[in-house]
Amino acid sequence: MQALLSLASGIDRVSRFFGIIAAALVAVSCSISALNALSRYALDVSSNAFLEIQWQMFAGIFLLGSAHVLKLNEHVRVDLFYGSASARTKLWIDVFGFLAFFFPVCLMMVYLSIPWALTSMYEGETSANAGGLLVWPVKLILPLGFSLLVMQGGAELIRRVAALMGVIEFDPAYEKPVQ
Amino acid sequence: MLEYGLLAPAMFGGLIVFLLVGFPVAFSLAALGLAFGFVAIEVGYFGVPFLQAIPARVFGIMSNDLLLSIPFFTFMGVILEKSGLAEDLMEGFGQLFGSVPGGLAYAVIFVGAILGAITGTVAASVIAIGMISIPVMMKYGYDMRIGTGVIAASGTITQVIPPSLVLIVLAFQLGVPVGDMYIGAIGPSIAQVLLFAGFILLVSIFRPHMVPALPPEARTLSGRELASKLAWGMVPSLVLIFLVLGTIFMGLATPTEAGAMGAVGAVLLALAHGRFSWRMVWQASDGTMRISAMVIFILVGATVFSLVFQGVNGGKWIEHMLEGIPGGRVGFLIFINIFIFFIAFFLDFFEIVFIIIPLLIPTAVALDIDLVWLGVLICVNMQTAFMHPPFGFALFYLRGIAPPEIKSRDIYLGAIPWIILQLILVALIITFPGIVDSFLTDPVLLDDAAVTLQLDALSMPELDMPALDLDLGPLPTPPPTNP
Repeated sequence: MQALLSLASGIDRVSRFFGIIAAALVAVSCSISALNALSRYALDVSSNAFLEIQWQMFAGIFLLGSAHVLKLNEHVRVDLFYGSASARTKLWIDVFGFLAFFFPVCLMMVYLSIPWALTSMYEGETSANAGGLLVWPVKLILPLGFSLLVMQGGAELIRRVAALMGVIEFDPAYEKPVQ
Repeated sequence: MLEYGLLAPAMFGGLIVFLLVGFPVAFSLAALGLAFGFVAIEVGYFGVPFLQAIPARVFGIMSNDLLLSIPFFTFMGVILEKSGLAEDLMEGFGQLFGSVPGGLAYAVIFVGAILGAITGTVAASVIAIGMISIPVMMKYGYDMRIGTGVIAASGTITQVIPPSLVLIVLAFQLGVPVGDMYIGAIGPSIAQVLLFAGFILLVSIFRPHMVPALPPEARTLSGRELASKLAWGMVPSLVLIFLVLGTIFMGLATPTEAGAMGAVGAVLLALAHGRFSWRMVWQASDGTMRISAMVIFILVGATVFSLVFQGVNGGKWIEHMLEGIPGGRVGFLIFINIFIFFIAFFLDFFEIVFIIIPLLIPTAVALDIDLVWLGVLICVNMQTAFMHPPFGFALFYLRGIAPPEIKSRDIYLGAIPWIILQLILVALIITFPGIVDSFLTDPVLLDDAAVTLQLDALSMPELDMPALDLDLGPLPTPPPTNP
């Protein structure tokens, strides 16, 4: 169990690393968007590459950040019953949810998106817009993001099972994320 | 009820069960979609390639310019919250209106509206207004039910006043231009401010002891000092409003770019107030990333759900059921408003917009209901979701900043009159559609904007109309064909 738990905290660090990248992309894409709008009107300079890099970064923000958000338990829940359940019930609900909902969904997404992204990569897909960017690298983010989620989901499951077995203390307290 | 097969009703029932389990919504929704997808393949509704369209659908979300405005506006809201602008506004207007009964409450409403016109998120407004006005209100004997109620309600005005994030997300789902939604929301925004102020006026006439005027010793600023305080609040506000709303209405920037420029403006403002730090920018980026990932994942889950739900004729089933509502157009509107009002007790607006709204669109179109008008109406209705005790976000924030002397019970009870006022506004919009439409059909405004947008579109196609495409397939490249 201890080995599994240290694996889980190793996974946490990987997710955190990608979470930091995702957070940095927020500030960077925001600056690019503002500068692009300004330069278009002030200097009459704009390019499709600048427009496309924005949405590519947006894809990075939510796909690379999601695993870290899962670690922080900030994916929104309907807490009508969950909110008032006991800590132990919450752990059981989560274990059930990971096994019945989470892993089937994320593994399916990985399974479906890998051939989809690889096809694009082999074809060397680029944007149809003039001066546009390569499209295939951003498509690879989709399987990457869901693979990170699968790993982080494994870490969360390990921790909850360990808590149910009484190996560790784990507080499943959930607060709705601030919007 | 079963003309379209058993799967669609079963899936709808499953939606309620899966969500109530309490596992994160994004994954529960997608799991529901997948489970029914496999059953549907087994039963023969569609083949395996149908599910293989999922990555391309998700790519439609990844490559959507409009959704990019979610992180930008969130980022702007977080920075603005820390920039000190709300404090300046609140202190200035609190002093200016303080001498009349209910003055502090008018100031709260007014500042809520100004902040609403700058930013698109609710948290920033409620926290900033509450931090300053609650201590003052308590000190000078305001009834705290009125006090907390007016703060929570004024914070939620943000949701209806452009550049509201809710309007952007609604426009995305309804497939209408964001600019039209913004113009349509101007009338209801004004009506709402007037309704709120009117309520305070009535309270100050019939229960003056609940909303006393500030005594002279509390009004420390006057003359030049007051004017300079007001200027510190109003000048940056007007600049920011121009940066964000002005550029959208004049067709200079897309809503996404306007959000980005607003965020840069908010950073500059924080610099001017000496509150800038890299740490603040980092915290805002990190917080924004977390909210964006959470929100967009709901959309990803809802996309998987919708794909399968449409595949098992769920759309037709819902349409058929909604057509059965007596009273035609009005009956439909009353039904969906009551439905959304109640579902807002336990779903947040993002979940409502991503899951529920797509189900209503075909019927609304069949009944010849203008989608922009419907979107604004739903937006005003969903505003109550922020005020519903005990889960409403605005109340939740208020609880977070209010001192312990204020009971949660007072915060909850205080919200009720304002929820009723919002329902009155919903009724007004249904009775007098002109509140929304009269701004929309203003020919000069619309034509100018449209023409400019057209010109813009020459250099950068697809900027203002990605919404509808999302449901049909990926932007901007064709999907790779799976064998």
